[in-house]
Amino acid sequence: MTQDPNIDSKIGNDAQILWRIVMLCMRYPGRVIIAVGATIIASLFQLAVPQLIGSAVDGALGLIEDNNTVGYSANMALFKTAALLLGVSILRGLFTLIHNYTGEAVGHMMAYDLRLSFYNKLQNLSFSFHDKVHTGELITRGMLDLEGVRMFVSTGLVRLVLLTVLIGVGSYLLLSTDLLLGALSLSFVPFVAYRSAVARLKLRSLWLALQERMSIIGRIMDENLTGIRVVRAFGAENYELEKYKTAADAAKELADQRIKTRVSSTTIMTFAYFIAMGLVLWFGGLRVLEGQLTVGDLTEFLAFMTILQLPVRQLGLLVNSFARASSTGRRLFAVLDMKPNISDKKGAKPLKITNAHVAYKNVSFQYNEKDQLPALHNISFELRKGCSLGIVGPPGSGKSTIAHLLTRFYDVTEGKITIDGQDLRDVTLDTLRRHVLTVPQDPFLFTTSLENNIAYGDPWAKDEQITDAAFIAKIDNFIFGLPESYKTLVGERGVSLSGGQKQRISIARTIMLNPSVMILDDSTAAIDAATEQEIRQLLKTPMQTCATIFISHRLSTLLHSDEIIFIDNGRIVERGTHESLIAENGRYAELHKLQNLSTKNSEHIATKTKEVKL
Amino acid sequence: MNRRSDKHSNQKRNRRPPRAYVGSQSSQEEDMFGALFDGGVVGRFMTYVYPYRKNIWIALVAVLIVTAAQLLIPLIIRHGIDNVILAEDGNATDLFLVILFFALVITINYFANLVQDRLIGITGEHVIFDLRRAMYCHLQSVSLSFMDKTETGRLMSRLTGDVNSLQEFLENSVTAFGDLVLLFGIVVIMLTLDFGLGILTLSAVPTLFLVRMFWLPRARVAFRLARETNSSANGALAEGIRAVQTVQSMRRETVNHDLYDDKVRDNLYAHLKSARMAQVMVPIVDTLTGAAMGIVILLGGMQVINGTLDVGVMVAFLFYVQRFFDPIRSLTIQYSVMQRAMASGKRIFEVLDVPLAINYDPNAINPETIQGSVEFREVTFSYIENQPVLDKVSFTVSPGETIALVGKTGSGKTSITSLLNRFYEVDDGTILIDGIDVRNYSKQSLGRNIAMVLQDPFLFTGTIFDNIRYRTTNATQKDIEKAAQLVGAHNFISQLPNGYNTLLEEQGRNLSLGQRQLLSFARALVADAKILVLDEATANIDSHTEREIQLALKRLLHGRTGIVIAHRLATIRGADRIIVLNNGKVIENGSHSDLIAKKGLYESLYALNHSSFDDLY
Repeated sequence: MTQDPNIDSKIGNDAQILWRIVMLCMRYPGRVIIAVGATIIASLFQLAVPQLIGSAVDGALGLIEDNNTVGYSANMALFKTAALLLGVSILRGLFTLIHNYTGEAVGHMMAYDLRLSFYNKLQNLSFSFHDKVHTGELITRGMLDLEGVRMFVSTGLVRLVLLTVLIGVGSYLLLSTDLLLGALSLSFVPFVAYRSAVARLKLRSLWLALQERMSIIGRIMDENLTGIRVVRAFGAENYELEKYKTAADAAKELADQRIKTRVSSTTIMTFAYFIAMGLVLWFGGLRVLEGQLTVGDLTEFLAFMTILQLPVRQLGLLVNSFARASSTGRRLFAVLDMKPNISDKKGAKPLKITNAHVAYKNVSFQYNEKDQLPALHNISFELRKGCSLGIVGPPGSGKSTIAHLLTRFYDVTEGKITIDGQDLRDVTLDTLRRHVLTVPQDPFLFTTSLENNIAYGDPWAKDEQITDAAFIAKIDNFIFGLPESYKTLVGERGVSLSGGQKQRISIARTIMLNPSVMILDDSTAAIDAATEQEIRQLLKTPMQTCATIFISHRLSTLLHSDEIIFIDNGRIVERGTHESLIAENGRYAELHKLQNLSTKNSEHIATKTKEVKL
Repeated sequence: MNRRSDKHSNQKRNRRPPRAYVGSQSSQEEDMFGALFDGGVVGRFMTYVYPYRKNIWIALVAVLIVTAAQLLIPLIIRHGIDNVILAEDGNATDLFLVILFFALVITINYFANLVQDRLIGITGEHVIFDLRRAMYCHLQSVSLSFMDKTETGRLMSRLTGDVNSLQEFLENSVTAFGDLVLLFGIVVIMLTLDFGLGILTLSAVPTLFLVRMFWLPRARVAFRLARETNSSANGALAEGIRAVQTVQSMRRETVNHDLYDDKVRDNLYAHLKSARMAQVMVPIVDTLTGAAMGIVILLGGMQVINGTLDVGVMVAFLFYVQRFFDPIRSLTIQYSVMQRAMASGKRIFEVLDVPLAINYDPNAINPETIQGSVEFREVTFSYIENQPVLDKVSFTVSPGETIALVGKTGSGKTSITSLLNRFYEVDDGTILIDGIDVRNYSKQSLGRNIAMVLQDPFLFTGTIFDNIRYRTTNATQKDIEKAAQLVGAHNFISQLPNGYNTLLEEQGRNLSLGQRQLLSFARALVADAKILVLDEATANIDSHTEREIQLALKRLLHGRTGIVIAHRLATIRGADRIIVLNNGKVIENGSHSDLIAKKGLYESLYALNHSSFDDLY
């Protein structure tokens, strides 16, 4: 939301969103019909209870007054009423079970459908989308917003039917029995309905505001704990406590306000209900005294009121549920309706690799149309199997962007990229990404075993494939040293890996797939120089069969490349081999001096450091 | 729902491969089956409620009044029917009196209700805020070794999740008290009105308890499974979002889709089962209510016919029965809330019980400024017993001097700086600042006189200004800008659209690492301490930014005692003296030229001509 409010705006108005949810439920028409039918039947049985109570009271009383056939038949009548009441209660219970369960079931089935499509959508949406929308924001949409839509089925739709029948039919029955008493016993309904709806909406906005303030507290605590060393180092405990107190006081104020709002509305609603009850008792009592009404009728009215009390209070929940469903539905559907802007074009062919001949021809790229400066400007280079290209440049110069274009995480704005003569936009994404692989700077490891992590790209891989890849990435010794070897879990409950170890797993993951084009995007930054050199040696064999691009700010990583390009502000400012660039005495040579490296030394690091055991 | 799957089964490969999972493979077990009541937890919790005892007492009285009013209403109706409406001499005036009394009762009920709910709600809220604050406060002073061991996420879940479940418990427990009183009241009144009929009507209740006892353990398993599959599916979703780059570049979309499908399907079935479990009690309770009412109608009615029971009593009974099952229902829900609260309480007090490893002397000295000399005298220190990280380390630093600590990872460099600030207590030996043991300084004075720049330039959410100023709240805009200029951060800050008022996102993600490091230098400069400790983090900084950082360092150290953990040769050479550490021991100590002349370890490292000693291992 915060990143791009526009993505939510095109989904239509509230009514359209709610209608869309209803339509999603209608994928299960049988269950919906059962739920609605059972709801109606259950509420009718519910409405029968007061009448039975009333007639029971009258039955017991009327027989005293008549004072004749005391005995068998009177008891028989009572027995009938009692049995009927039991029967009605059982049936009401059964139908309530059916409608509650089916309502929930439809909600959960719809949620299942939505979960799957949401997950799928996110896996396929292009990078430009994931750049814009915050991870936490997406998780919220997939969890909380989806839950809001699901709840709408049972708390919104089914309850709407229930309340309509109960209040509608109930009112009809009461009013047709006695207009005045009926009106009196229903007098609390409009008031309570109104109050509860208003209060719910107000509570909702208070709740959202409170959540906001609570999340500030959460953030303060989280930052304090994560940055505890800074806090301690500066002796800033009091400052931190003060910061916390300010935030907590602000939240407490809203929390109090929320409770006050809630309490004042619930208590006034109960009060209104009891006032109506008092009025019924009063006027009903007068009628009975005048002989116009039986005690049974009066009891029936009072019993009706007991039944209506709860549903009427729930009107507020109903309003709340509609409000929540339309806002959460909007946020959810906004994502579901998104179209990935990178996908196979019609008639896309599989990528065929012969020489792994990569060519960038006058490539320019802009992340955003609004951006004034292009991220890449007029980039051209060529590369083929067995050769390597080094890309160096200051942070933010566009190095990684070059890599992202080759795997088509973004499409070029101008110019074109071809592999063996085939434009990337004309081949299928699946084959492209099967052949072109990047080892990212900050790899993502999954909370599964190490072997599954290495085999991420080919989960059918054989054990040897995995161990071979691990050997090349120089991580096999480390893995063998672990108690469960390749089966060791990664993460909190397993082994925690250093940045360099993660990068090595990531290299193994890529090597295992035998890519035709491999991009190492600063993927050895956290690996010490000596190990890096060893990996370089081991990579020599796989590099013979693929085109390799090295992106790094550490010159030792790329100085052996067949060509090196120096990028600044999205443009190539220098290009050539290491020797020619040094001779040119420009930016590259300056950087080289700064890094204080000589070719000779870096070659010997691996061997020499072993001699000097610290 | 089995729309899919068959269509694809003929594919050449099984789409659910052997090595693929989505979401975490390790399940997070919930310790839900703890004790129902833990005296220790409740007792300690009560100490937080104690300051609000007046409110609690008032609330309890209000609860009693509300419950009494609830119980009175059917009795008033009963009185109205038997003694006025059906009485021989019943008239409108008597009825009016009854109504007047009814009005009085509901008005009292209204106010008592208002007092009860408000006091309970607000008190509960405040107790929880106090508790959270106490935990937060405590964590500010617990030993760093505890914080090192404990993941932030785990602490956060105690500070939020566990605290919230206690709040739920607190709010519920007062209503539960009301429910209990109501239940008890109904039983007493029914038995007083008509003992025989009361006993018979209540005979339905034990059945409910029996059924509940049978149902509860099964239901809880089902509910738990639903919760677990939920969090497992959500975990997989979160993973899918975070790892989207890997997923897309490794083409795992289809495989993951199928695996996720399995997860959400499990989730669906678990929820359907738990919904069945939840709903199965409805007809049972309804049947029992119907049975109880049937008993009242049949037996009560017969008594009315016989003239042994007033019809008003029968009506009152019917009303009571209708209300009777509600408190039982909510009390059984209370059961699991209570169990959860006990487990949460235990975890909360665990945090509050973490010992403060460092006890500050109440008579500690608190000097405004110091000279800045530092001495380590035979300092031995270990994180784990018998595995000393520092072994009899001795050295001195004169005021204004800069020393560089050199050595491989784990040689004890960072421990030296941590001990100086008394993050930990030494096992043996003494650390002196201006010739006085650090243990004799107050915590504030150590924080004030030693500034640190750490490896991770941690920044807080807020403006750049706030971050540079940090706890030196009396620093002016001018001071801040001057500091930023000195460390070379002013240029990039003033190029930002909002300058010093630029808001930093999550830990300054909108700045580069080098820029963040410069801000942390400025922060240390503003704190203006005599001793400056730099756990230099140039390893993560690209060469382009490094020159600026070196320049900033020089300015920062001017006129201060500096202890620098150095990686880059440039920094090391710039130090007045170099101390080489190995396995927790000082093995060389002298100026760059001294050490080169000595031809020891430092010289051999230097000869290798590395840009950084980090590369060695």
